[in-house]
Amino acid sequence: MLIRTRKRHHIGEHQVTPESVYLARRHFMAGVAGLGMAAALPRSVWASSHYDDVEKGRQPDWLASRLDNTHWQAVTAGENDKLTPFNDASHYNNFFEFGTSKDDPYKHAGDMTTEPWTIEIDGEVARPGTLDVDQLLGEQQLEERIYRLRCVEAWSMVIPWLGVPLSEIIKRAEPTSDAKFVRFQTLVRPEEMPGQRSRFALIDWPYQEGLRMDEAMHPLTILSVGMYGRVLPNQNGAPVRLVVPWKYGFKSIKSIVRISLVKEQPPTAWPTINANEYGFYSNVNPDVDHPRWSQARERRLPNSLFSTNMIDTQMFNGYEDEVASLYKGMDLRTYF
Amino acid sequence: MRLWRCTVFVAALLPFLWWAWQVAAGQAGPEPGQYLLLNFGQCALILLLLTLSLTPLMKLTRWKGFALIRRQLGLWTFSYGVLHLTSYLLFILGLDFSALGADLQRRPYIIVGFAALVMLLALAVTSNRYSMKRLGKRWKFLHRLVYIALALVLLHFFWVVRADMGQWSAYALAGVVLMLLRIPVISRALGRIRPRHGRVASTHRSR
Repeated sequence: MLIRTRKRHHIGEHQVTPESVYLARRHFMAGVAGLGMAAALPRSVWASSHYDDVEKGRQPDWLASRLDNTHWQAVTAGENDKLTPFNDASHYNNFFEFGTSKDDPYKHAGDMTTEPWTIEIDGEVARPGTLDVDQLLGEQQLEERIYRLRCVEAWSMVIPWLGVPLSEIIKRAEPTSDAKFVRFQTLVRPEEMPGQRSRFALIDWPYQEGLRMDEAMHPLTILSVGMYGRVLPNQNGAPVRLVVPWKYGFKSIKSIVRISLVKEQPPTAWPTINANEYGFYSNVNPDVDHPRWSQARERRLPNSLFSTNMIDTQMFNGYEDEVASLYKGMDLRTYF
Repeated sequence: MRLWRCTVFVAALLPFLWWAWQVAAGQAGPEPGQYLLLNFGQCALILLLLTLSLTPLMKLTRWKGFALIRRQLGLWTFSYGVLHLTSYLLFILGLDFSALGADLQRRPYIIVGFAALVMLLALAVTSNRYSMKRLGKRWKFLHRLVYIALALVLLHFFWVVRADMGQWSAYALAGVVLMLLRIPVISRALGRIRPRHGRVASTHRSR
């Protein structure tokens, strides 16, 4: 039954333009024609018309200069995957540096300074270095990737990210043959992060995540710098975060300050706290339950008091055709 | 005193009205059921701690007002507990009782919370004057169940914590202090501490 669902779904992912997008584009074209200024308008207006209910936020130079040349909708989600409203995606977050409630991140993340920002790339690479966001993105074209986001807590959203393939960034650093894993670290700045000031925090800061080299180099894996045609809100991991759509959300580490290529599998935040409940791989898998709840289904948000909006969770979050080969021969119950 | 009771009544009702309004106004986020569940649960715990603080407060201040609202706060605790359970059944389980068994197996803390609520139910139905009279001495014994309920509620909460123990620790500390104040020696000592002007007055009389 799962296979049938996936196949039908997969056709949608590559061939169907959602009606809302189609209509929005028509609406925009009609508007442009009416105003008679089509030539004067930059491509980025496409995004602002598409996401016209989205709070604009600040627009750093490194983003403004790239929006015109962005590949919009480079990857789309399935036909049933309606975009989550921006307001929900930016007001319901897990970002434990800012507190444990879902609304803590948007309440407190505004205090985080994201400019200037640097990302250190080090470890098993021929060209280590410290880059700002502009240098990190380099010549790489920004792409919009509409991905399903499945949280380990059994809820999910659909989010249009702006980013670049992580593989391109890693290639530029020229990893050595000893580079077997990639380790990521989040900013540590207790004065701007109340969760890091708590004496009762169970996470050993910095928040740390990791991917196997082939996972990091996979074309679906991106470093994201924006969403909904705009810069990332701080609570969503500004200015640079990882997005790995076939893994539970906590793998997609936020506000990255360091990317290290390493020989050994790095210790990561959640398995360190509780190895029985969280594994290094943490691939979305409806057949392997969290000890405290089922992972077979998920609540697609937003939901309401009248409906939990439950849908079946798909193997690898619906990206099985693309990523299953990475795990060939592995027992996914052991390596969960 | 009537005004005092009414004030407490309104104050205890306000959180419910506020959260209900937030949900109605779309201010409760993308998962309103979860929002209500967590808020009702936390409110029930706070009310339970407040209820248990009334006796020590009365001993300390000799103000009868604290005793007058004890039953009311106890009933409010129970009410928010019921709202918490109802939120779980309606908004999380979606009344899909076929999934209840599996859920209870994975989340034993639901059973622990439910046990606490059953105890509070027993206290709520025997909170009237008639039951007090009928049960006599046994009434007091029965109502000591509230201490066990508190322990269960704290355990229930402990089980859910994932990333930070701060909030839980604060509630647990409050619970421990309230229990310590019930140890006979401490409780008697508490009764001897009087407001300063009271002590001055009595010294005067003894002269």
